[in-house]
Amino acid sequence: MRYAETGFNLEVDLSRGNIERVPSDPHMTELYLGGLGTNAQIMWDRVGPDVEPFSPENLLIFGTGLLAGTPAPGTNRTIVSSISPQSRLLAFSMMGGFWGPELKHAGYDKVIIRGKSPDLVYLYINDDRVEIRDATRFRGLGTLETAEVIREELNDPNVQVASIGMAGENRVFFASIEQGRASASRQGMGAIMGDKNLKAIAVRGSKDINIARPMEFIDHCNAALKYIEHRDKNPIRGVIPILAGLGSPQEMAVHDEQWHTENFMWGNARERRKGFWNPEIQEQWTGTMETMRTRLLSCHNCPMKCGASIAVDKRFCSYMMKCFSKLTYTMAAYSDLDFGLRMAQKATEYGVDAFSCPQTMAFAVELYEAGILTDQDMSGMPKDNNERFFWLLDSIVRREGIGDVLADGTYWAAKTIGKGAEEYAHNNIRKTEQLPLKLGMLNPIYFLMYATGEKANITQIEGQFPQSPFPTREENEAFVEDWIHVPDERFKEWFVEWELRGEKSIPNYPPPEAASEIVNWQEQMHYIDDSTGMCAGLSSFPLKPPFHIHNLPGLISSGAGLDLDEAALVHTTRRIRTLVRANNLRRGMNWEDEKPPEDHWKHRFPELEAKLLQEYYRFKGWNSEGVPTRETLHDLDLDFVAEEFAETGILKEEPVGSAT
Amino acid sequence: MSAAVKTKTVKRIRIDVDKCNGCRACEVICAAHHAQPRFSSTNPARARIRVIRYPLSDIYVPVLAGEYTAAECPGRDRYVIGGKEYEECAFCRASCPSRDFFKEPDSDLPLKCDMCESDPTLEEPLCVQWCLADALVYEEYEEEVKDEPAPDEVDEGLLALAHRHGWDRVRDAMTRMANKAPGA
Repeated sequence: MRYAETGFNLEVDLSRGNIERVPSDPHMTELYLGGLGTNAQIMWDRVGPDVEPFSPENLLIFGTGLLAGTPAPGTNRTIVSSISPQSRLLAFSMMGGFWGPELKHAGYDKVIIRGKSPDLVYLYINDDRVEIRDATRFRGLGTLETAEVIREELNDPNVQVASIGMAGENRVFFASIEQGRASASRQGMGAIMGDKNLKAIAVRGSKDINIARPMEFIDHCNAALKYIEHRDKNPIRGVIPILAGLGSPQEMAVHDEQWHTENFMWGNARERRKGFWNPEIQEQWTGTMETMRTRLLSCHNCPMKCGASIAVDKRFCSYMMKCFSKLTYTMAAYSDLDFGLRMAQKATEYGVDAFSCPQTMAFAVELYEAGILTDQDMSGMPKDNNERFFWLLDSIVRREGIGDVLADGTYWAAKTIGKGAEEYAHNNIRKTEQLPLKLGMLNPIYFLMYATGEKANITQIEGQFPQSPFPTREENEAFVEDWIHVPDERFKEWFVEWELRGEKSIPNYPPPEAASEIVNWQEQMHYIDDSTGMCAGLSSFPLKPPFHIHNLPGLISSGAGLDLDEAALVHTTRRIRTLVRANNLRRGMNWEDEKPPEDHWKHRFPELEAKLLQEYYRFKGWNSEGVPTRETLHDLDLDFVAEEFAETGILKEEPVGSAT
Repeated sequence: MSAAVKTKTVKRIRIDVDKCNGCRACEVICAAHHAQPRFSSTNPARARIRVIRYPLSDIYVPVLAGEYTAAECPGRDRYVIGGKEYEECAFCRASCPSRDFFKEPDSDLPLKCDMCESDPTLEEPLCVQWCLADALVYEEYEEEVKDEPAPDEVDEGLLALAHRHGWDRVRDAMTRMANKAPGA
């Protein structure tokens, strides 16, 4: 019997209309757990380095995490993997909500889509019954509208639907896959789904998910719930409200937006507005939220309430929102929260990423104001600022006029536009728009995370280590008192010693060796979550979470029937992280791509940055070009990667201390 | 003679639909608790509590499984409460033919909430324990009931017959049948 996982994947060839239920190899679970881990393994095996994002050979994998659907709180994530049209690298875009557990209950760990359907279709999975159904009449429908008409057609209100909107259909590079309460937004997975002519996947399941060692497992779950209640009553002192609690940033609950509005950049990641937040704006925005937000929402089997129903044009709920999408449209357009929530409603139905899309629109306005885009380019654009953004959104998702260029995101659009537009696509890492954040002094930990985060998305690598020290050493000491989460005591020492100013402050502290280990810990936690389907909001993202490196081995082992201690889980995570990187290296990513945006910090230190990167590479067992050495690959059972890299010349160096 | 009064403990779950965040943890832990062996599997399709969810109508109603009924309701009414329209089934606890809730998915046998009765006794049913939003709150209260001996089953039956047919017919029938009965 298989535990936690079902042991079956659903293979769907849309070119031939073929559907197969294929057993998965339990050894792969031991090596890569599930979710991102096994996605990366399948992508390595089946999608060669030359496969174009928009080709029938590219796979689109919906991979549930190993623990998804089990009683462990927060285990509800699906990791969507493919080759991203934007970065042209391995994508791992994630969604919570309810879809993943439903798929597990239908009896599948993954849905693996290949080929390309001749007409627009949707996939209906109901336990053993799986059908490819016509969706041509759903063309142009919004993501939530699509889910509703499918539920009506199937006469089942409890079907979970992941769908694309017009943006996905028209292969907008930052198109998302929406699932009501959740979305896989980053890296253009909606565009791949659209390219495959797949409008939606509707799932209903009624089978069991088995637990290997039930009493041990449920003890872990109960302990986590108790700790969540404890943390709820004891927020972390001395940090801004969104960092004090658990979950993803509690944007739906928090009204005080001083930190975001004054520290994050407005427009195209361009301007910091110190002093923006005042009592008048606080009152206005609080009023907007209190009026439009009708309920706080959770994902499957999670006590956190990171999302909310938002009523724009209806009395109770027009769409569901979470996290920082609350402010991205508002701040890109220099507008107010009412506009932002209305815009997000349209954007959610169209299915676009709430980071990349607002920045791309602001980028267009900037280019227009700079005279690079002309009145002719922008023909039809309204004069009113808010109206402009609605117009730009419509143009982009329809790929009409200038929208067809902008739909490729700032990096590719700037290349097409030319005339100096590239200077304005200033906030990208590996061709992907980043959080609109510009700071003064380089932080060595954040430098490394921005540079080497395989997904180029800071929120999905940061989390466990505070972003800065407290004003006094005493506060640092108080913080580490109940910091049971650290891998070992050195992490506490590094933090206690950290100063806001002085000898032990950024950019030179923490030193490269400590910074590398701190980054390693933080990314490790995310790779565990991305493979188990545990939500980062209860594990890798917030400070002092309920799940950590000391209790996750027990949770995973007792749930899935594996025999993982801490060292084994760390080793497994290294393997997954390395294979994800290998997927990217074989597609041409190299150390030169590992850099934060030029203007991310005002004060940069090229020599220190080079030293940091080299130390991190060394710590990871990679060569000076950031390629895992043959020894490292062998140690991680990834000899097949070493062989390919030796053949293709990616791996040039001989192993150190080789016996021959 | 007036009957003595005694108190009995009534268990109930107070359901606050405004506090429900729709997470379905109640379904997950209910199904796990009732698995054999306990917690060895989970499956909301087997749960004895279901959250009736219509996210775009902002409807989230946890419903606990009650009695089995063989027949569907003859009509389906709808309730409008505070501007939201609920189907009658949103509040109904029955395991019935009109929906697939509260039935074992393999056998279709009806499921019924047992308030997690188990040995040792739990402080609260698990759906309540796992609902950190407090949409489900366990309450016990004392109810006064008349302490009468349970009515005799034959008495009850005869009373019903007399009510329907009149005592004369019941007396006649009894006399006639009693005379023909074995051993008369």
